[in-house]
Amino acid sequence: MQFMLLFSRQGKLRLQKWYVPLSDKERKKISRDLVQTILARKPKMCSFLEWRDLKIVYKRYASLYFCCAVEDQDNELITLEIIHRYVELLDKYFGSVCELDIIFNFEKAYFILDEFLLGGEAQETSKKNVLKAIEQADLLQEVSSFAVDRFSAH
Amino acid sequence: MGPVHTVYGPALLCAGAGCSQQFGAQPQWIWFLSSSYVGAHSTTLMPTVSKGDGMRGLAVFISDIRNCKSKEAEIKRINKELANIRSKFKGDKALDGYSKKKYVCKLLFIFLLGHDIDFGHMEAVNLLSSNKYTEKQIGYLFISVLVNSNSDLIRLINNGIKNDLASRNPTFMNLALHCIANVGSREMAEAFAFEIPSILVAGDTMDSVKQSAALCLLRLNRTSPDLVPMGEWTARVVHLLNDQHLGVVTAATSLITTLAQKSPDDFKTSISLAVARLSRIVTSASIDLQDYTYYFVAAPWLSVKLLRLLQCYPPPEDAALRSRLTECLETILNKAQEPPKSKKVQHSNAKNAVLFEAISLIIHHDSEPTLLVRACNQLGQFLQHRETNLRYLALESMCTLASSEFSHEAVKTHIDTVINALKTERDVSVRQRAVDLLYAMCDRSNAKQIVAEMLSYLETADYSIREEIVLKVAILAEKYAVDYTWYVDTILNLIRVAGDYVSEEVWYRVIQIVINRDDVQGYAAKTVFEALQAPACHENLVKVGGYILGEFGNLIAGDSRSSPLVQFSLLHSKFHLCSVPTRALLLSAYIKFINLFPEVKATIQDVLRSDSQLRNADVELQQRAVEYLKLSCIASTDILATVLEEMPPFPERESSILAKLKRKKGPGKLPDIDENRRNVNGSSEHSENTDTTNKVSYVLNLNSSPSTGPSLLVDVFSDSSTSASVDVSEDNFSRFVCKNNGVIYENQLLQIGLKSEYRQNLGRIYVFYGNKTSTQFLSFSSFVTSSDILKTHILHCLIASYPIIEGGAQVQQILNIECVSDFTDAPVLNIQFRYGGTLQNIAVKLPVMLNKFFQPTEMTSQDFFQRWKQLGAPQQEVQKIFKAQHPMDTDVTKAKILGFGVALLDGVDPNPANFVGAGVIHTKSTQVGCLLRLEPNAQAQMYRLTLRTSRESVSQRLCELLGEQF
Repeated sequence: MQFMLLFSRQGKLRLQKWYVPLSDKERKKISRDLVQTILARKPKMCSFLEWRDLKIVYKRYASLYFCCAVEDQDNELITLEIIHRYVELLDKYFGSVCELDIIFNFEKAYFILDEFLLGGEAQETSKKNVLKAIEQADLLQEVSSFAVDRFSAH
Repeated sequence: MGPVHTVYGPALLCAGAGCSQQFGAQPQWIWFLSSSYVGAHSTTLMPTVSKGDGMRGLAVFISDIRNCKSKEAEIKRINKELANIRSKFKGDKALDGYSKKKYVCKLLFIFLLGHDIDFGHMEAVNLLSSNKYTEKQIGYLFISVLVNSNSDLIRLINNGIKNDLASRNPTFMNLALHCIANVGSREMAEAFAFEIPSILVAGDTMDSVKQSAALCLLRLNRTSPDLVPMGEWTARVVHLLNDQHLGVVTAATSLITTLAQKSPDDFKTSISLAVARLSRIVTSASIDLQDYTYYFVAAPWLSVKLLRLLQCYPPPEDAALRSRLTECLETILNKAQEPPKSKKVQHSNAKNAVLFEAISLIIHHDSEPTLLVRACNQLGQFLQHRETNLRYLALESMCTLASSEFSHEAVKTHIDTVINALKTERDVSVRQRAVDLLYAMCDRSNAKQIVAEMLSYLETADYSIREEIVLKVAILAEKYAVDYTWYVDTILNLIRVAGDYVSEEVWYRVIQIVINRDDVQGYAAKTVFEALQAPACHENLVKVGGYILGEFGNLIAGDSRSSPLVQFSLLHSKFHLCSVPTRALLLSAYIKFINLFPEVKATIQDVLRSDSQLRNADVELQQRAVEYLKLSCIASTDILATVLEEMPPFPERESSILAKLKRKKGPGKLPDIDENRRNVNGSSEHSENTDTTNKVSYVLNLNSSPSTGPSLLVDVFSDSSTSASVDVSEDNFSRFVCKNNGVIYENQLLQIGLKSEYRQNLGRIYVFYGNKTSTQFLSFSSFVTSSDILKTHILHCLIASYPIIEGGAQVQQILNIECVSDFTDAPVLNIQFRYGGTLQNIAVKLPVMLNKFFQPTEMTSQDFFQRWKQLGAPQQEVQKIFKAQHPMDTDVTKAKILGFGVALLDGVDPNPANFVGAGVIHTKSTQVGCLLRLEPNAQAQMYRLTLRTSRESVSQRLCELLGEQF
């Protein structure tokens, strides 16, 4: 996978993950073009399209579009299920996840993604294992933030 | 506005009974969220629940931004925040970790909104060096997202990573590995590419760290493959395919696939392990994969990856392994026929993901006809599936299947469904796939239907794909034209339907073809003339029409309805509506008319003389008008006829349209529509190899003294000192086996054309040298050389020389040839001249072949078989079995055999698909009777050619010559 973008119906990027080296400018151009292309498509259309030399796999969940760019030899359907598994992970972690969870806890969305996908490939496809890793980290976090909150004003 | 479902918005997933089973397929809350600048009711509430450590300051900031009513307000708020953070970072008071983390997070958020961030890196590096997990994590995230190439910074980051990798704390190690994988820079590869393999294969490494290490290495290998060392660890990585932890296997499979693509030999052992693993997942029903089962499908991600890995290799050589793999693939195909275990789309997607990957592997192996045909049938079912996604993928996958010789025919049976898809699919990306598939499945049998369908689709096709369809139609029409009138009609239709999308390459090509094929010139002239009658016709049609009438208008001028004057008036009626380049082309057509039809000379001169031409503001048009007018006034009819002679044939070359389509689609994306379809295990390559060795050995035979390598040519043509260093061009040699006229050689300066006549053992060749430049050739000389052996077999006349050949001029040389006895080599034409001060040396192999001295012989079936039997000695027969290199077309084959010089005997062979011929080779000393039989096998795209003559060397040579023509 070359990159993954999450964006709203209004075209606002909510999360972007790049697995290939690209300049900021290129990233912005790609995101803009792609968001525009996908938002222009009708609901019943196919989830795949050819775009430049990449295959785009996307799916809409409520107000949010999940979009992955994969290479020519990659499997479209399994990419579609990568998206779904990621949504399931977010859902399980946040409890009925919605777009706002991702906006306000964007760092968590990144951490979950890193546990699931690394270098553009599935690292761990078991939902239990991914969540276990995240929860362990949260445990470390809660202990430390408790300690901080007692001493910090803000 | 719709109903509010929850406090702050709709869940992305809806598991309740009220929801449709397809997540997000029909979103009901489209008004929701992120309409930041809308108004009071969109003011967002902060999440009531926050996981982990809520950074309140960050949440407040995000809320503020979301409540901004305009872009300006947002920028103002951000600038205020940036100033605040800057002052905090620069302040005297040391910040505690929590504040640092909060501010770095804010910067990250601002960056992700699309604003530039040029500070905070140092604070992030401090965070990632912290001992607190929560700070470390944010520090790494910032660095991963905002990569910075500042070298001091990188040293510090690498230092932090190094410490974490050495910490033996798996959570810290994972964070460090994630960071390397996310950044993937060269500097990081230099620092860690040596260390990570040992982490990956160490016995005491935790599973989760192994997974991160594997994919980290994969990323480094993608970005800096030269820095990832191969070594002892690679063998141990392969054994991770046997690991008990499926997560480890999944990550390792991805890594091995990437490495195997780079150096397949080093990872060959992975084949058997991958097959074994796949077999355990796919074929054993009882195995419980627990959490790796996804919607009732066992480990779909891992299965896809294993199948992908196997595509790095040819089919396994070991028979047991091969049958185990075949069993897996069959099971996957069988499962596709079973009723679904769940109605959820996730179930069918995961199942079909594995199925499509299995089909990819089957196509990649291209060795099991049964599997290929089953795959094709399965895809055929998907072509009519109600899921658009499956229809799309089936069309895409069939495209590759069409290029396998085993399944090409099976794919063709779906033509009606595909045409229907082209007409009824509502999604342009699906229709695009249908066009691609039609292009891939096209061959001579269905070309007319497919081209007609594409043309009619073109009328309503999306603008974005029109140009590509135009190119495809043009290529197919040319490639499969048996009847060139159909080709001309098709291209003119293309211009009519989609003139704006017809690129120059397309209309250049139609003109090249009309000029090169005299059987279609009259038809083309008539057709463009008729097409130009339309009140509004596309400018591209005016171009084609102008050019063709200018060359071949005389062929229809006999009809009073298309008399010269009518033709001219028709063209000129379009003149004023056209762009400058088209007008320039029309002016050239007019001067050609003056040559073709003296009766319209005065009319055309009047036009050229008018102010709008002679004083045209455009320099090119003005110059043409002035020069053409002058030329028509002062040149004699003879000179005019020479200057404005019909265009000579274009050299045959790869269609520029095909080159353009290849450019457009990118390399490797264009399905191979060549008749020479992919062959089992590349045996077509093999036959090419044999060909070259044959050629080499035959040249060697010529040579009495053994010699090798570069000196070969020198020896062969030793009587010519000048040709010693020149490569002999043989490019067009074989084209002349079955024909006598055409262009034998062409470079940027010179074109050499031939016309030859043969009678019995005598031949005459007219050689035409055309100076293509505008400058003189000086001291032009040409002479024919041949090897000593050849000299005794054929005689010819030798030298011609011209002190000067003017720019653009053509001179002619005549060669007389006599065949003394049978021969194999061909004489060489050596040319020498000065152009712009440099000496040019060219050597061209002259197409004087043994078969030129054929006289066709008609005979009855009875006679034929009687002689056939008489020539039954083993050395008299030579047979060759070879792959078809051109479309297997009966008419073309007949024409070639006739061109070869023998008589075609009908009704001799019991199988009407075979060709039988007879002829006599005349040499001065003797005559050699010759019988031949050619058996095409359309299914295998192969031919068998058998020649029987009384002389072994003649059988051999004729077989060599004819065997390369089909």
